[in-house]
Amino acid sequence: MALSAGVDVGSTQTKAVIINEGLEIVGRSLIDTGANVVQAAEKAYLNALNDSGRREEEVAYVIGTGYGRYKVTFGDTQVTEISCHGRGAVHMFPNTKTVLDMGGQDTKAISVSEIGEIVDFCMNDKCAAGTGRFLGAASMALDIPLNELGPTALQSQKPVKISTTCTVFAESEVLSWLGKGKKITDILLGVHKSISSRSIALLRRVGLNQEITFTGGVAKNIGMIEVLNENLGTKLNVSDDSHYMGALGAALFAMDHIKTSRIPSRGEA
Amino acid sequence: MNYVIGVDVGSTYTKAVILSPEKEVVGHAMTQTGFKLDKASEKVYDQILKESGLSKAEIGYAISTGYGRHMVPYRDLTITDLTATARGSNYFFPKTRTVLDIGGQTMKASRLDEKVKVKSFRLNDKCAAGTGAFLEKTARYMGYETEEIGPLVQTSKEDVPISGVCAVFAESEVINQLSLGSAPSDIMHGAMFSLVKRAIQLLKRVKMESQVTLTGGIMRFKTMVDVLTENVEEKINVPQGEMVQFTTALGAATLALQRLEKVGASV
Repeated sequence: MALSAGVDVGSTQTKAVIINEGLEIVGRSLIDTGANVVQAAEKAYLNALNDSGRREEEVAYVIGTGYGRYKVTFGDTQVTEISCHGRGAVHMFPNTKTVLDMGGQDTKAISVSEIGEIVDFCMNDKCAAGTGRFLGAASMALDIPLNELGPTALQSQKPVKISTTCTVFAESEVLSWLGKGKKITDILLGVHKSISSRSIALLRRVGLNQEITFTGGVAKNIGMIEVLNENLGTKLNVSDDSHYMGALGAALFAMDHIKTSRIPSRGEA
Repeated sequence: MNYVIGVDVGSTYTKAVILSPEKEVVGHAMTQTGFKLDKASEKVYDQILKESGLSKAEIGYAISTGYGRHMVPYRDLTITDLTATARGSNYFFPKTRTVLDIGGQTMKASRLDEKVKVKSFRLNDKCAAGTGAFLEKTARYMGYETEEIGPLVQTSKEDVPISGVCAVFAESEVINQLSLGSAPSDIMHGAMFSLVKRAIQLLKRVKMESQVTLTGGIMRFKTMVDVLTENVEEKINVPQGEMVQFTTALGAATLALQRLEKVGASV
Protein backbone atom coordinates (compact mmCIF):
# COMPACT_ATOMS: atom_id res chain seq x y z
CA MET A 1 0.00 0.00 0.00
CA ALA A 2 1.63 3.18 -1.19
CA LEU A 3 1.34 6.43 0.69
CA SER A 4 1.33 9.97 -0.65
CA ALA A 5 2.23 13.25 1.04
CA GLY A 6 1.30 16.90 0.71
CA VAL A 7 3.42 19.69 2.18
CA ASP A 8 1.80 23.13 2.41
CA VAL A 9 4.38 25.83 3.07
CA GLY A 10 2.41 28.87 4.21
CA SER A 11 3.65 32.34 5.07
CA THR A 12 3.28 31.63 8.79
CA GLN A 13 3.00 27.88 9.23
CA THR A 14 4.04 24.78 7.31
CA LYS A 15 1.70 21.82 7.28
CA ALA A 16 2.29 18.23 6.10
CA VAL A 17 -0.18 15.40 5.64
CA ILE A 18 0.37 11.73 4.74
CA ILE A 19 -2.54 9.71 3.32
CA ASN A 20 -3.05 6.06 2.38
CA GLU A 21 -4.72 4.58 -0.70
CA GLY A 22 -8.04 4.69 1.13
CA LEU A 23 -7.56 8.50 1.18
CA GLU A 24 -7.40 8.54 4.97
CA ILE A 25 -5.03 10.82 6.80
CA VAL A 26 -2.45 8.65 8.57
CA GLY A 27 -0.05 11.38 9.68
CA ARG A 28 -0.05 15.14 10.07
CA SER A 29 2.20 17.88 11.39
CA LEU A 30 2.21 21.64 11.71
CA ILE A 31 5.20 23.86 12.49
CA ASP A 32 6.10 27.54 12.21
CA THR A 33 7.64 28.34 8.84
CA GLY A 34 10.24 30.77 10.21
CA ALA A 35 13.06 32.16 8.09
CA ASN A 36 14.45 28.88 6.74
CA VAL A 37 11.67 27.72 4.45
CA VAL A 38 13.48 24.69 3.02
CA GLN A 39 14.19 23.38 6.50
CA ALA A 40 10.60 23.99 7.61
CA ALA A 41 9.28 21.91 4.69
CA GLU A 42 11.62 19.01 5.50
CA LYS A 43 10.86 19.12 9.18
CA ALA A 44 7.09 19.20 8.70
CA TYR A 45 7.31 16.23 6.33
CA LEU A 46 9.49 14.17 8.68
CA ASN A 47 7.24 15.01 11.66
CA ALA A 48 4.18 13.85 9.69
CA LEU A 49 5.97 10.60 8.78
CA ASN A 50 6.85 10.15 12.40
CA ASP A 51 3.23 10.76 13.37
CA SER A 52 2.08 8.10 10.89
CA GLY A 53 4.59 5.58 12.19
CA ARG A 54 5.40 4.62 8.58
CA ARG A 55 8.71 4.56 6.73
CA GLU A 56 9.83 7.17 4.21
CA GLU A 57 10.23 4.47 1.50
CA GLU A 58 6.47 3.85 1.62
CA VAL A 59 5.73 7.38 0.40
CA ALA A 60 5.56 7.12 -3.38
CA TYR A 61 4.79 10.72 -4.31
CA VAL A 62 5.13 14.11 -2.60
CA ILE A 63 3.52 17.37 -3.73
CA GLY A 64 4.44 20.81 -2.44
CA THR A 65 1.93 23.63 -2.22
CA GLY A 66 1.54 27.03 -0.60
CA TYR A 67 3.58 30.15 -1.18
CA GLY A 68 6.80 28.27 -0.46
CA ARG A 69 5.95 25.23 -2.61
CA TYR A 70 9.14 25.53 -4.69
CA LYS A 71 11.13 25.20 -1.46
CA VAL A 72 9.85 21.67 -0.96
CA THR A 73 13.10 20.39 -2.44
CA PHE A 74 12.24 16.71 -1.91
CA GLY A 75 8.83 17.10 -3.56
CA ASP A 76 8.03 15.45 -6.90
CA THR A 77 6.03 18.40 -8.17
CA GLN A 78 4.07 21.47 -7.09
CA VAL A 79 0.40 22.42 -7.25
CA THR A 80 -0.99 25.87 -6.31
CA GLU A 81 -2.62 26.15 -2.90
CA ILE A 82 -5.84 27.28 -4.54
CA SER A 83 -6.22 23.94 -6.32
CA CYS A 84 -5.21 22.09 -3.16
CA HIS A 85 -7.67 23.89 -0.89
CA GLY A 86 -10.46 23.27 -3.38
CA ARG A 87 -9.59 19.60 -3.64
CA GLY A 88 -9.19 19.11 0.11
CA ALA A 89 -12.44 20.91 0.93
CA VAL A 90 -14.52 18.91 -1.56
CA HIS A 91 -12.96 15.68 -0.27
CA MET A 92 -13.95 16.50 3.32
CA PHE A 93 -17.32 18.08 2.48
CA PRO A 94 -18.55 16.73 -0.89
CA ASN A 95 -21.30 19.40 -1.20
CA THR A 96 -18.79 22.26 -1.09
CA LYS A 97 -19.37 24.91 -3.76
CA THR A 98 -17.29 27.71 -2.24
CA VAL A 99 -14.14 27.63 -0.12
CA LEU A 100 -13.06 30.41 2.20
CA ASP A 101 -9.39 29.98 3.04
CA MET A 102 -7.99 32.34 5.66
CA GLY A 103 -4.30 32.12 6.30
CA GLY A 104 -1.65 34.20 7.98
CA GLN A 105 -1.18 36.71 5.17
CA ASP A 106 -3.94 36.05 2.71
CA THR A 107 -7.60 35.32 2.40
CA LYS A 108 -8.97 33.49 -0.64
CA ALA A 109 -12.48 32.85 -1.86
CA ILE A 110 -12.58 29.88 -4.23
CA SER A 111 -15.53 28.62 -6.20
CA VAL A 112 -15.27 24.89 -7.01
CA SER A 113 -17.01 22.34 -9.21
CA GLU A 114 -18.49 19.05 -7.91
CA ILE A 115 -15.19 17.24 -8.43
CA GLY A 116 -13.19 19.96 -6.70
CA GLU A 117 -11.90 21.76 -9.78
CA ILE A 118 -11.42 25.52 -9.53
CA VAL A 119 -14.14 27.55 -11.26
CA ASP A 120 -13.09 30.98 -10.04
CA PHE A 121 -11.11 32.53 -7.24
CA CYS A 122 -10.41 35.85 -5.66
CA MET A 123 -7.81 36.89 -3.11
CA ASN A 124 -6.24 39.85 -1.38
CA ASP A 125 -2.84 40.06 -3.01
CA LYS A 126 -2.10 43.75 -2.49
CA CYS A 127 -3.18 44.35 1.06
CA ALA A 128 -3.13 42.44 4.36
CA ALA A 129 -6.49 43.78 5.55
CA GLY A 130 -8.96 41.05 6.44
CA THR A 131 -6.35 38.33 6.84
CA GLY A 132 -5.03 36.39 9.82
CA ARG A 133 -2.49 39.18 10.30
CA PHE A 134 -5.30 41.46 11.42
CA LEU A 135 -5.96 39.03 14.27
CA GLY A 136 -2.21 38.80 14.85
CA ALA A 137 -2.05 42.58 15.24
CA ALA A 138 -4.94 42.54 17.72
CA SER A 139 -3.31 39.69 19.61
CA MET A 140 -0.07 41.69 19.92
CA ALA A 141 -1.79 44.95 20.83
CA LEU A 142 -3.98 43.36 23.52
CA ASP A 143 -1.41 40.77 24.62
CA ILE A 144 -3.82 37.86 24.23
CA PRO A 145 -2.68 34.58 22.64
CA LEU A 146 -4.12 33.85 19.18
CA ASN A 147 -6.07 30.81 20.34
CA GLU A 148 -7.90 32.82 23.01
CA LEU A 149 -9.01 35.62 20.66
CA GLY A 150 -12.19 33.88 19.44
CA PRO A 151 -13.50 32.71 22.82
CA THR A 152 -12.75 36.15 24.33
CA ALA A 153 -14.56 37.98 21.51
CA LEU A 154 -17.66 35.79 21.95
CA GLN A 155 -18.16 37.08 25.51
CA SER A 156 -19.02 40.51 24.11
CA GLN A 157 -22.54 41.93 23.79
CA LYS A 158 -21.58 45.34 22.36
CA PRO A 159 -18.89 45.13 19.68
CA VAL A 160 -16.84 48.24 18.95
CA LYS A 161 -16.94 49.41 15.34
CA ILE A 162 -13.44 49.14 13.88
CA SER A 163 -13.16 51.86 11.24
CA THR A 164 -9.67 51.32 9.86
CA THR A 165 -9.03 49.02 6.94
CA CYS A 166 -5.26 48.78 7.12
CA THR A 167 -3.83 46.14 9.47
CA VAL A 168 -1.11 48.54 10.61
CA PHE A 169 -3.62 51.26 11.53
CA ALA A 170 -5.93 48.68 13.15
CA GLU A 171 -3.25 48.03 15.74
CA SER A 172 -3.32 51.69 16.80
CA GLU A 173 -7.11 51.77 16.62
CA VAL A 174 -7.31 48.81 19.00
CA LEU A 175 -5.02 50.63 21.44
CA SER A 176 -7.00 53.84 21.14
CA TRP A 177 -10.26 52.01 21.97
CA LEU A 178 -8.48 50.52 24.95
CA GLY A 179 -7.38 54.04 25.93
CA LYS A 180 -11.01 55.16 25.71
CA GLY A 181 -11.94 52.50 28.25
CA LYS A 182 -13.63 49.98 25.97
CA LYS A 183 -13.69 46.35 27.09
CA ILE A 184 -11.24 43.95 25.47
CA THR A 185 -14.11 41.59 24.63
CA ASP A 186 -15.98 44.36 22.76
CA ILE A 187 -12.87 45.44 20.86
CA LEU A 188 -12.11 41.86 19.85
CA LEU A 189 -15.62 41.16 18.63
CA GLY A 190 -15.32 44.34 16.55
CA VAL A 191 -12.06 43.05 15.06
CA HIS A 192 -13.69 39.72 14.14
CA LYS A 193 -16.66 41.49 12.57
CA SER A 194 -14.38 43.70 10.52
CA ILE A 195 -12.49 40.69 9.12
CA SER A 196 -15.75 38.88 8.51
CA SER A 197 -17.19 41.69 6.40
CA ARG A 198 -14.06 41.85 4.25
CA SER A 199 -14.11 38.08 3.69
CA ILE A 200 -17.78 38.14 2.77
CA ALA A 201 -17.06 40.83 0.17
CA LEU A 202 -14.45 38.48 -1.29
CA LEU A 203 -16.90 35.54 -1.22
CA ARG A 204 -19.53 37.61 -3.04
CA ARG A 205 -17.09 38.18 -5.88
CA VAL A 206 -16.94 34.44 -6.61
CA GLY A 207 -20.67 33.91 -6.19
CA LEU A 208 -21.20 32.83 -2.57
CA ASN A 209 -22.74 29.48 -3.54
CA GLN A 210 -23.59 27.07 -0.70
CA GLU A 211 -22.23 24.98 0.88
CA ILE A 212 -19.27 27.02 2.04
CA THR A 213 -16.25 25.30 3.57
CA PHE A 214 -13.96 27.32 5.81
CA THR A 215 -10.27 26.33 5.68
CA GLY A 216 -6.89 27.68 6.76
CA GLY A 217 -5.46 28.48 10.17
CA VAL A 218 -8.10 31.08 11.03
CA ALA A 219 -10.79 28.38 10.71
CA LYS A 220 -9.48 27.20 14.10
CA ASN A 221 -10.92 30.39 15.61
CA ILE A 222 -14.39 29.75 17.03
CA GLY A 223 -15.12 33.48 17.16
CA MET A 224 -14.44 33.86 13.44
CA ILE A 225 -16.67 30.86 12.65
CA GLU A 226 -19.59 32.21 14.69
CA VAL A 227 -19.35 35.75 13.34
CA LEU A 228 -19.16 34.48 9.75
CA ASN A 229 -22.12 32.11 10.35
CA GLU A 230 -24.16 34.99 11.73
CA ASN A 231 -23.29 37.42 8.93
CA LEU A 232 -23.76 34.84 6.18
CA GLY A 233 -26.94 33.43 7.70
CA THR A 234 -25.66 29.92 7.10
CA LYS A 235 -23.50 27.32 8.74
CA LEU A 236 -19.98 26.96 7.41
CA ASN A 237 -18.43 23.52 7.06
CA VAL A 238 -15.47 23.39 9.39
CA SER A 239 -13.26 20.36 9.92
CA ASP A 240 -10.91 19.72 12.83
CA ASP A 241 -8.30 19.43 10.10
CA SER A 242 -9.23 22.80 8.53
CA HIS A 243 -5.67 24.09 8.60
CA TYR A 244 -4.43 20.89 6.90
CA MET A 245 -6.80 21.31 3.96
CA GLY A 246 -4.15 22.59 1.54
CA ALA A 247 -1.72 19.84 2.51
CA LEU A 248 -4.51 17.26 2.26
CA GLY A 249 -5.43 18.50 -1.23
CA ALA A 250 -1.77 18.17 -2.25
CA ALA A 251 -1.63 14.64 -0.84
CA LEU A 252 -4.83 13.75 -2.76
CA PHE A 253 -3.31 15.04 -6.02
CA ALA A 254 -0.21 12.98 -5.20
CA MET A 255 -2.37 9.88 -4.67
CA ASP A 256 -4.05 10.53 -8.06
CA HIS A 257 -0.64 10.40 -9.59
CA ILE A 258 0.24 7.15 -7.85
CA LYS A 259 -3.00 5.55 -9.00
CA THR A 260 -3.09 6.84 -12.57
CA SER A 261 0.42 8.13 -13.15
CA ARG A 262 -1.16 11.40 -14.12
CA ILE A 263 1.25 14.19 -13.25
CA PRO A 264 -0.54 17.39 -12.33
CA SER A 265 0.88 20.14 -14.50
CA ARG A 266 3.09 22.68 -12.77
CA GLY A 267 1.22 25.59 -11.31
CA GLU A 268 -2.11 23.93 -12.15
CA ALA A 269 -4.97 26.13 -11.04
CA MET B 1 -3.13 89.12 25.27
CA ASN B 2 -1.40 89.72 21.95
CA TYR B 3 0.23 86.35 21.46
CA VAL B 4 -1.49 83.45 19.70
CA ILE B 5 -1.07 79.68 19.65
CA GLY B 6 -1.59 77.09 16.91
CA VAL B 7 -1.92 73.46 18.01
CA ASP B 8 -1.68 70.55 15.58
CA VAL B 9 -2.89 67.27 17.12
CA GLY B 10 -1.54 64.65 14.72
CA SER B 11 -1.94 60.89 14.83
CA THR B 12 1.56 60.45 16.21
CA TYR B 13 2.77 63.82 17.56
CA THR B 14 1.06 66.94 18.89
CA LYS B 15 2.81 70.15 17.89
CA ALA B 16 2.31 73.76 19.02
CA VAL B 17 3.66 77.13 17.86
CA ILE B 18 3.30 80.56 19.50
CA LEU B 19 3.46 83.68 17.34
CA SER B 20 4.13 87.21 18.55
CA PRO B 21 1.97 90.11 17.36
CA GLU B 22 4.81 90.77 14.89
CA LYS B 23 4.23 87.31 13.38
CA GLU B 24 7.46 85.92 14.77
CA VAL B 25 7.79 82.38 16.11
CA VAL B 26 8.53 82.83 19.82
CA GLY B 27 8.11 79.20 20.83
CA HIS B 28 7.46 75.70 19.56
CA ALA B 29 6.91 72.43 21.38
CA MET B 30 6.06 68.83 20.60
CA THR B 31 4.82 65.80 22.52
CA GLN B 32 3.64 62.30 21.63
CA THR B 33 -0.10 62.25 21.03
CA GLY B 34 -0.83 58.87 22.61
CA PHE B 35 -4.46 57.98 23.17
CA LYS B 36 -5.60 60.83 25.37
CA LEU B 37 -5.73 63.65 22.85
CA ASP B 38 -6.95 66.32 25.29
CA LYS B 39 -4.12 65.46 27.68
CA ALA B 40 -1.56 65.70 24.88
CA SER B 41 -2.83 69.14 23.89
CA GLU B 42 -2.70 70.34 27.52
CA LYS B 43 0.80 68.97 27.90
CA VAL B 44 2.11 70.67 24.80
CA TYR B 45 0.52 73.94 25.98
CA ASP B 46 2.35 73.77 29.32
CA GLN B 47 5.59 72.93 27.53
CA ILE B 48 5.40 75.77 25.07
CA LEU B 49 4.48 78.37 27.73
CA LYS B 50 7.48 77.28 29.78
CA GLU B 51 9.76 77.41 26.76
CA SER B 52 8.61 80.84 25.59
CA GLY B 53 8.37 82.31 29.12
CA LEU B 54 4.77 83.40 28.54
CA SER B 55 1.67 82.90 30.70
CA LYS B 56 -1.77 81.74 29.63
CA ALA B 57 -3.06 85.28 30.16
CA GLU B 58 -0.79 86.53 27.38
CA ILE B 59 -2.32 84.15 24.81
CA GLY B 60 -5.18 85.92 23.09
CA TYR B 61 -6.35 83.30 20.65
CA ALA B 62 -5.91 79.54 20.11
CA ILE B 63 -6.62 77.59 16.93
CA SER B 64 -6.44 73.82 16.83
CA THR B 65 -5.95 71.64 13.78
CA GLY B 66 -5.01 68.08 12.86
CA TYR B 67 -6.98 64.90 13.34
CA GLY B 68 -7.52 65.52 17.06
CA ARG B 69 -8.41 69.22 16.70
CA HIS B 70 -11.83 68.80 18.33
CA MET B 71 -10.24 67.45 21.50
CA VAL B 72 -8.30 70.61 22.43
CA PRO B 73 -10.10 72.10 25.48
CA TYR B 74 -8.62 75.62 25.21
CA ARG B 75 -9.29 76.20 21.52
CA ASP B 76 -11.18 79.24 20.23
CA LEU B 77 -11.55 77.81 16.74
CA THR B 78 -10.72 74.67 14.76
CA ILE B 79 -9.52 74.60 11.16
CA THR B 80 -8.71 71.67 8.89
CA ASP B 81 -5.11 70.61 8.62
CA LEU B 82 -5.17 71.26 4.86
CA THR B 83 -5.91 74.94 5.44
CA ALA B 84 -3.38 75.14 8.26
CA THR B 85 -0.59 73.47 6.26
CA ALA B 86 -1.32 75.77 3.31
CA ARG B 87 -1.00 78.84 5.59
CA GLY B 88 2.17 77.54 7.20
CA SER B 89 3.75 76.78 3.81
CA ASN B 90 2.82 80.27 2.63
CA TYR B 91 4.44 81.79 5.74
CA PHE B 92 7.82 80.34 4.76
CA PHE B 93 7.44 80.28 0.98
CA PRO B 94 4.88 82.75 -0.38
CA LYS B 95 5.20 81.27 -3.89
CA THR B 96 3.94 77.85 -2.74
CA ARG B 97 1.27 76.47 -5.07
CA THR B 98 1.49 72.79 -4.11
CA VAL B 99 1.95 71.23 -0.68
CA LEU B 100 2.99 67.66 0.07
CA ASP B 101 2.52 66.75 3.72
CA ILE B 102 3.52 63.29 4.94
CA GLY B 103 2.79 62.40 8.54
CA GLY B 104 2.75 59.24 10.62
CA GLN B 105 -0.60 57.98 9.33
CA THR B 106 -1.47 60.19 6.36
CA MET B 107 -0.12 61.53 3.10
CA LYS B 108 -1.75 64.66 1.65
CA ALA B 109 -1.17 66.60 -1.53
CA SER B 110 -2.93 69.90 -2.17
CA ARG B 111 -2.85 72.67 -4.75
CA LEU B 112 -3.31 76.29 -3.68
CA ASP B 113 -4.25 79.48 -5.47
CA GLU B 114 -2.44 82.81 -5.00
CA LYS B 115 -4.79 83.65 -2.09
CA VAL B 116 -3.60 80.48 -0.30
CA LYS B 117 -6.99 78.79 -0.77
CA VAL B 118 -6.93 75.02 -1.24
CA LYS B 119 -8.18 74.39 -4.79
CA SER B 120 -7.70 70.63 -4.96
CA PHE B 121 -6.46 67.92 -2.64
CA ARG B 122 -5.94 64.17 -2.45
CA LEU B 123 -5.13 62.17 0.62
CA ASN B 124 -4.32 58.68 1.75
CA ASP B 125 -5.21 57.75 5.28
CA LYS B 126 -6.49 54.26 4.53
CA CYS B 127 -3.31 52.39 3.81
CA ALA B 128 -0.11 52.49 5.86
CA ALA B 129 2.02 51.83 2.76
CA GLY B 130 1.66 55.48 1.75
CA THR B 131 2.53 57.03 5.10
CA GLY B 132 5.29 57.41 7.66
CA ALA B 133 4.08 54.19 9.28
CA PHE B 134 5.57 52.34 6.30
CA LEU B 135 9.05 53.63 7.12
CA GLU B 136 8.53 52.89 10.82
CA LYS B 137 7.43 49.30 10.09
CA THR B 138 10.31 48.75 7.66
CA ALA B 139 12.74 49.99 10.32
CA ARG B 140 11.09 47.82 12.98
CA TYR B 141 11.34 44.65 10.86
CA MET B 142 15.10 45.25 10.71
CA GLY B 143 15.37 46.01 14.43
CA TYR B 144 15.70 49.80 14.21
CA GLU B 145 13.74 52.48 16.09
CA THR B 146 12.06 55.43 14.41
CA GLU B 147 14.78 57.87 15.55
CA GLU B 148 17.41 55.68 13.89
CA ILE B 149 15.84 55.90 10.40
CA GLY B 150 17.57 59.20 9.51
CA PRO B 151 21.13 58.26 10.45
CA LEU B 152 20.67 54.75 8.99
CA VAL B 153 19.51 55.83 5.55
CA GLN B 154 22.28 58.48 5.30
CA THR B 155 24.79 55.64 4.95
CA SER B 156 22.99 54.07 2.00
CA LYS B 157 24.94 53.67 -1.24
CA GLU B 158 22.02 52.72 -3.48
CA ASP B 159 18.40 51.81 -3.01
CA VAL B 160 17.12 48.23 -2.99
CA PRO B 161 13.78 47.91 -4.81
CA ILE B 162 10.93 47.64 -2.29
CA SER B 163 7.45 47.27 -3.77
CA GLY B 164 5.72 49.32 -1.08
CA VAL B 165 2.36 47.75 -1.81
CA CYS B 166 1.47 46.89 1.80
CA ALA B 167 3.25 47.66 5.07
CA VAL B 168 2.45 44.15 6.33
CA PHE B 169 3.68 42.34 3.22
CA ALA B 170 6.82 44.49 3.41
CA GLU B 171 7.96 42.31 6.29
CA SER B 172 8.54 39.26 4.06
CA GLU B 173 10.11 41.52 1.44
CA VAL B 174 12.50 43.03 3.97
CA ILE B 175 13.42 39.61 5.40
CA ASN B 176 14.03 38.32 1.86
CA GLN B 177 16.29 41.28 1.06
CA LEU B 178 18.22 40.85 4.31
CA SER B 179 18.74 37.14 3.57
CA LEU B 180 20.04 38.10 0.10
CA GLY B 181 22.63 40.25 1.86
CA SER B 182 21.17 43.71 1.21
CA ALA B 183 22.23 46.39 3.70
CA PRO B 184 19.50 47.71 6.04
CA SER B 185 20.40 51.26 4.95
CA ASP B 186 19.78 50.40 1.29
CA ILE B 187 16.48 48.68 2.16
CA MET B 188 15.41 51.82 4.07
CA HIS B 189 16.41 53.91 1.07
CA GLY B 190 14.23 51.64 -1.12
CA ALA B 191 11.30 52.05 1.27
CA MET B 192 11.66 55.84 0.97
CA PHE B 193 11.79 55.56 -2.79
CA SER B 194 8.54 53.57 -2.81
CA LEU B 195 6.92 56.20 -0.59
CA VAL B 196 8.08 58.91 -3.01
CA LYS B 197 6.51 57.03 -5.92
CA ARG B 198 3.18 57.08 -4.09
CA ALA B 199 3.62 60.77 -3.28
CA ILE B 200 4.23 61.59 -6.92
CA GLN B 201 0.99 59.82 -7.93
CA LEU B 202 -0.88 61.95 -5.39
CA LEU B 203 0.86 65.13 -6.60
CA LYS B 204 -0.06 64.36 -10.20
CA ARG B 205 -3.68 63.90 -9.24
CA VAL B 206 -3.88 67.43 -7.80
CA LYS B 207 -2.10 68.74 -10.94
CA MET B 208 0.96 70.00 -9.11
CA GLU B 209 2.27 73.46 -9.90
CA SER B 210 5.52 75.16 -8.95
CA GLN B 211 6.56 75.81 -6.22
CA VAL B 212 6.15 72.64 -4.21
CA THR B 213 6.59 72.85 -0.42
CA LEU B 214 7.27 69.69 1.57
CA THR B 215 6.07 69.40 5.16
CA GLY B 216 5.44 66.78 7.84
CA GLY B 217 7.59 64.69 10.16
CA ILE B 218 8.88 62.45 7.36
CA MET B 219 10.63 65.42 5.73
CA ARG B 220 13.09 65.63 8.61
CA PHE B 221 14.84 62.74 6.86
CA LYS B 222 17.20 64.41 4.43
CA THR B 223 17.21 61.37 2.14
CA MET B 224 13.43 61.61 1.77
CA VAL B 225 13.78 65.23 0.62
CA ASP B 226 16.67 64.31 -1.69
CA VAL B 227 14.73 61.50 -3.36
CA LEU B 228 11.71 63.79 -3.78
CA THR B 229 13.86 66.58 -5.23
CA GLU B 230 15.40 64.16 -7.72
CA ASN B 231 12.03 62.85 -8.86
CA VAL B 232 9.86 65.95 -8.90
CA GLU B 233 10.56 68.41 -11.70
CA GLU B 234 9.13 71.49 -10.00
CA LYS B 235 11.00 73.77 -7.63
CA ILE B 236 11.01 72.25 -4.14
CA ASN B 237 10.96 74.13 -0.81
CA VAL B 238 11.50 72.65 2.62
CA PRO B 239 10.98 74.63 5.86
CA GLN B 240 14.26 74.82 7.75
CA GLY B 241 15.26 72.40 10.48
CA GLU B 242 12.62 71.39 12.97
CA MET B 243 10.05 73.76 11.47
CA VAL B 244 9.23 71.18 8.78
CA GLN B 245 7.30 69.33 11.47
CA PHE B 246 5.64 72.50 12.80
CA THR B 247 4.39 74.01 9.54
CA THR B 248 0.77 73.02 10.18
CA ALA B 249 0.75 74.30 13.79
CA LEU B 250 2.38 77.50 12.54
CA GLY B 251 -0.30 77.88 9.86
CA ALA B 252 -2.97 77.59 12.53
CA ALA B 253 -1.16 80.27 14.55
CA THR B 254 -1.00 82.70 11.60
CA LEU B 255 -4.77 82.40 11.20
CA ALA B 256 -5.17 82.89 14.95
CA LEU B 257 -3.27 86.15 14.63
CA GLN B 258 -5.62 87.31 11.87
CA ARG B 259 -8.63 86.41 13.99
CA LEU B 260 -7.20 88.21 17.00
CA GLU B 261 -6.69 91.37 14.93
CA LYS B 262 -10.31 91.21 13.73
CA VAL B 263 -11.70 90.46 17.19
CA GLY B 264 -9.50 93.20 18.67
CA ALA B 265 -10.75 95.70 16.10
CA SER B 266 -14.39 94.89 16.85
CA VAL B 267 -14.02 95.25 20.63
